Amino acid sequence: MTQFKMHLLVCGGTGCRASESETLFLSLKKEVSEKGLESEVQVITTGCFGFCEKGPIVKVMPDNTFYTQVKPEDAIEIIAEHVIKGRKVNRLLYVNPETEQHVSDSKHMGFYRKQLRIALRNCGFIDPENIEEYISRDGYAALAKCLTEMTPAQVIEEMKKSGLRGRGGGGFPTGLKWEITSKSQADQKYVVCNADEGDPGAFMDRSILEGDPHSVIEAMAICGYCIGATKGVVYIRAEYPLAVERLKIAMKQASEFGLLGKNIFGTDFEFEIDIRYGAGAFVCGEETALIHSMEGLRGEPTIKPPFPSVSGYLEKPTNVNNVETFANVPVIINKGAAWFASIGSEKSKGTKVFALAGKINNVGLIEVPMGTTLRDIIFEIGGGIKDGKKFKAVQTGGPSGGCLTEKHLDIAIDFDSLTAAGSMMGSGGMIVMDEDDCMVSIAKFYLDFTVEESCGKCAPCRIGNKRLNEMLEKICEGKGTMKDLDLLRNLSYVIKDTSLCGLGQTSPNPVLSTMENFYPEYLAHIVDHKCPSGQCKALLQYVIEAENCVGCTACARNCPVNAISGERKGIHVIDQATCIKCGACLEKCKFNAVFIK
Amino acid sequence: MANIKINEQKVQQIEAICKKFNNEKGELINVLHQTQSLVGYLPAEVQEIIAKNLNCSVAHVYGVVTFYSFFTMIPKGEFPISICMGTACYVRGAEKVLDEFKRILNVPVGQTTPDGKFSLSCLRCVGACGLAPVVMVGEKVYGRVSPDGVKDIIKEYK
Repeated sequence: MTQFKMHLLVCGGTGCRASESETLFLSLKKEVSEKGLESEVQVITTGCFGFCEKGPIVKVMPDNTFYTQVKPEDAIEIIAEHVIKGRKVNRLLYVNPETEQHVSDSKHMGFYRKQLRIALRNCGFIDPENIEEYISRDGYAALAKCLTEMTPAQVIEEMKKSGLRGRGGGGFPTGLKWEITSKSQADQKYVVCNADEGDPGAFMDRSILEGDPHSVIEAMAICGYCIGATKGVVYIRAEYPLAVERLKIAMKQASEFGLLGKNIFGTDFEFEIDIRYGAGAFVCGEETALIHSMEGLRGEPTIKPPFPSVSGYLEKPTNVNNVETFANVPVIINKGAAWFASIGSEKSKGTKVFALAGKINNVGLIEVPMGTTLRDIIFEIGGGIKDGKKFKAVQTGGPSGGCLTEKHLDIAIDFDSLTAAGSMMGSGGMIVMDEDDCMVSIAKFYLDFTVEESCGKCAPCRIGNKRLNEMLEKICEGKGTMKDLDLLRNLSYVIKDTSLCGLGQTSPNPVLSTMENFYPEYLAHIVDHKCPSGQCKALLQYVIEAENCVGCTACARNCPVNAISGERKGIHVIDQATCIKCGACLEKCKFNAVFIK
Repeated sequence: MANIKINEQKVQQIEAICKKFNNEKGELINVLHQTQSLVGYLPAEVQEIIAKNLNCSVAHVYGVVTFYSFFTMIPKGEFPISICMGTACYVRGAEKVLDEFKRILNVPVGQTTPDGKFSLSCLRCVGACGLAPVVMVGEKVYGRVSPDGVKDIIKEYK
C-alpha cells in the first residue's frame, strides 16, 4: 500500500454536495496530479463531518487543518500554499466568532470539543466507498471476534451489559430485543435495519449510511449470528440516493471480501443483505408498519402482540433496529460492554447523535454522551442563537416530541429525562427556535405533518389530529375561544390514550408541551387577537408610520402585489385589502417607517 | 384530463419490470419505484397493467400508490420544483418562499403549470439543513433561498 504524506479529506455528505463539494474534489485531484504529487498526497471523499453550517469542508491530515466554505476555485491555493509550501490558507480557516481568531485545527473548535464520536467514529475519516479503509480502523474485527471466539448467547449478554438502547426513538434495550428474537423458533429469521428516517429535520441515519455503511453491515451480520438469521434487509428511503448507492457499493465489497455470503471467517455462518425502498411515509418508522411496507403493502401498523420478534417480515421472527443503534454495535464488541456502559447517564448509556438545526449558528450533525445538558449542546457546540437573538425553545423528538424552554436548559438529557420533561428523545432531531417563532404556529406545523402522515387506520389519529389541527388554525387566525383550549387539551389526551401506534400516541405532544410552556402565547392569540412573535399572518398588519416615511419609494418598488401607494418624497400607505403580508416592505425600509401592528 | 394512451413499447417495458420481480405481489413497491422512474408518474392505465401482471386488484395497487408520498399520479413538470418543508427550513422561513413560488407560478402545491414547465411540490427534509431554507429544482439544490430570490430561480429556467 502506498504511504501518503498527506491526506485531503473532502466532505461528500448531502449538505456539502449541495454546495459543489464534488467539483471541489475533482479540482483538488486535478491540482494534485498537475503538480505531480499523486504519490504523496491522497484526495478522498468522506462522509459528513457534521459541521454543515460552514460546508463544504476540507480537512487536511495529519495536521487536522479544517477549512470551511471551500469553493472549487480555492483548490489551486490549497495545493500551492498548504500542500507544497506548508503554509495554511488563513482565509479558509474557521473563525472563532467570540475571539475572531482563526482556528487552525478541528480539535480547538467549540463545535467539536464537547463531542464524543462513537456511532459517527468513521464519518469524515474514511472513504466510505473503500472497504480497506474501514478494515484499517478495526472494521469487521468485531464480527470476527463474535464468530470465532464467542457464542451467540455471549454476544447477547455483552450487548445487554452495555446498556445500549434503541436509537430510533423508543429506547428499548437492544440486547433484550436480540435475546427475545433469538428464542423464537423458526426455519427463517430476519434482521431488519430501519433506515426510513422520516422525521423532518433529522439526518443522522442518512449521514451514517453515507459516511460509514460498513459499520451497519457488520452489525447486522453480528445480530444475525446472535438471533440465528441468515438474511438481513435494509429498509431505506428512496429519497436518499447517495446513501443507497454507498450502501450498495459497501455490500458488494463486503461480499467480495467474504464478509457477507457463505462461510464467513471460515465458520459455517452465512449472511446476506437485501435492500427494500421506502416511498415516503412517516408511519413506516413504526416496526409493524415498516414490515408491511417491506411486504409491498400499505404501511399501516397492526396491534402488538404479536411482536415482530415472534411474527414479523413474512410472518417470521424479525429483529428491527435503527441505523444508529447498529452503528454502535461493532465498537461495543471491540472495546467491551464495560467501556460503553461507562459513558452516559445512569439509565441511558453511550452517546446520541443529534441533527442540530434551526435558528442556531452551527447547524450540523453532533454526537454527545448521554447526560450532556441542552445548554452545552446549544450554546457551546451549537455556538448560540443566530443573529444574536434570544433563545426561546428547542424542539426534540420531531413530530412526536415537544418543545423545551429556558428552564429545561440544564437538565442532563437522556431517554428518561426528556420524557419526564414532556418531550422525547425521538430519533435525534433538535430544532432550535428564537424569539421570532410563534409556538402556536409551530404546534400547528407539526400537526399539519401528522395529519398528512397519519395512515388513517385508527379513528383517534385520523380524525382527532385533524380536529386538533383545525382548532390550532382557528387560534392562529385569532378566532379561537377559551373553550378551544380545554378541548385541545382533552382531545390530546384522548388521542394519546387510544391511538393504535406510536404515531398517534405521541402526535399531540407538540400541542401539549407548547400549551404547558407557552400558555400566555395561546392566550395572546385568543384574548388579545395578537401574535406576539408576529408570525400569524391573519393577526398582523403592516403599517407605515407617517412620521418616519421619507417617501423613498423603496417599499412600493419591492411590494410584489403593488399594495403600496404614494408619491416620491410623499408619505406612503399600504392598502390592507391587497397586502399579502409578505414583509418585503419591512425588510426594505431603511427608515424604520414600516412596522407590524 | 384526456385519456392518455401508453404506447406499446412502454407497456412492454412495464411488463418487463414486473417480470424482473417474478410478477410477485410482495414486490409491488419495487415495481412501482422502477415504473415511476421509467414513465415519470403512475397514471391509472399504468396501475392497471401492473395489477394484471402481479395478479392483484387495481384497487390494491391504487391503495399503495396513494399511500406513499413518493408516488404520484400527476405528471411532473419539465422542471419540478420542490420546497423543503422540514422543520429546520420551516423555522428559517420556507413558508414565505413557498408562498412566493405559488404566487409567481400561480399553481397550488402538487400541481403543474399549464405549459407543463414547472411543477410545485413540498418535500420533507433533504438533509441540507445547514443551507435552510432549501429549494430543489430537478436535482439542483438552492440553499438559503429568500422570497426575494424566488423570481431569479424561476428566471433561470424560463
